Amino acid sequence: MTERLPLHLISGFLGSGKTTLLQRMLGAPALGDSAVLVNELGEIGLDHHLLRHIDGETVLLRNGCVCCTVRDDLGAALKDLLSRRARGEIPGFSRVIVESTGLADPVPILSTIAAEPSLRHHVRIGRVITTVDAVNAGLQSRQQPEFASQIAVADRIVLTKTDIADAGTIAAAMAQLRLINPGAAIDRAMAPDLDVADLLAEPQTSAALSAEASAWTRPSARFQAVAAHDAGVQSFCMVFDRPIDWVTLGIWLTMLLHAHGERVLRVKGLLDIAGSDYPVVINGVQHVMHKPLHLDAWPDEDHRSRLVFILRDLPRDLVERSCLAFLGLVPAYA
Amino acid sequence: MCGLCGIVGNAPHWSEGVPAPSLPDTPARRRERQERVRGLNRVLSPFGLTAADWQAHAYVIATRTGRSEIVDNTAHLWPAAARLCGKPCDPLDPKLIARLEAEVRR
Repeated sequence: MTERLPLHLISGFLGSGKTTLLQRMLGAPALGDSAVLVNELGEIGLDHHLLRHIDGETVLLRNGCVCCTVRDDLGAALKDLLSRRARGEIPGFSRVIVESTGLADPVPILSTIAAEPSLRHHVRIGRVITTVDAVNAGLQSRQQPEFASQIAVADRIVLTKTDIADAGTIAAAMAQLRLINPGAAIDRAMAPDLDVADLLAEPQTSAALSAEASAWTRPSARFQAVAAHDAGVQSFCMVFDRPIDWVTLGIWLTMLLHAHGERVLRVKGLLDIAGSDYPVVINGVQHVMHKPLHLDAWPDEDHRSRLVFILRDLPRDLVERSCLAFLGLVPAYA
Repeated sequence: MCGLCGIVGNAPHWSEGVPAPSLPDTPARRRERQERVRGLNRVLSPFGLTAADWQAHAYVIATRTGRSEIVDNTAHLWPAAARLCGKPCDPLDPKLIARLEAEVRR
């Protein structure tokens, strides 16, 4: 089977700098072999990158990128893109970048890839990048439930408009983002050394995977207290002293995602599995679970299993109790 | 595709084969499936349901009156279980949690 193409998603509210980030990606030589699906070609302002029009909805850029409009359905647009690539009507590409619509919850896009057999044999979910306007983050967080979803699913967050926000506003925005998603790296769009190609780089080695898992699951001060959030979102980390039975964890997690998947915004874990010599990383977004990965080694001396949840409107104590009861790790006291 | 039953093979579910990555039909994977069936029966019993392995490719869940469904994996199992028992299968149900906790303490 040929290797599946990574599909990276650029998410963020209208006006959060998503299009500007995409423009920078389209100009990056390292991302020349990309197919980019956007909402509206005209909005991207491709004139100075343009090599030629392939048809009314598809253009070829100087760096080799193919850029297409999604008319209605992302799944159909992707299938069309892959089929034209196979027929040689458009140049080959080694990744797909999708711009999500401004107000949309990004999870249905990820679900489309995971659920559609004809797509998931060709494409896999890569990185999710979310742009956040530092000036309006507080307001959007209070008024738009999609905000928490966009932040929770992000692997990397790009903070924009930091040039027009004062230090206090930026600090408040960062704190807000950390409350929802304590694990994702936050970059500033204005940083002179921001490498837009690096935003899409996935950890390739066990050491890199291990470092990322460690950043997510490090029991730090921000996990000690429940990180409550305006939109009913909270994040917390469960730490287990004993190895975990994988089969039972799978039963519990599939049942939890069946009953409450839309409220489990993110689950990420670094696990000591009974019977396995190597730690295992799990990563899920609502109903969509990525394939678990084995690491060659633990990132540090702490070999305890750690499971991070970002939940919306689900009581932490019940989730913890349920997990422990399923795993047979119930405390002796009542 | 299986020549006998005509089932099209699916990619393994994320929850399968993690402790011992190996081909589906090996002793380690068969043991894992047996353990999964045992674990499922522990959780399904309060709902009046049972689970069994089916040809090392799927699971059969059944009610006490014999109504049954075949499912590929545990993700597909829960909606089928809810259909068969006529109520949601919620791991956060305090009664279910209390029952499992009592079992562990026994």
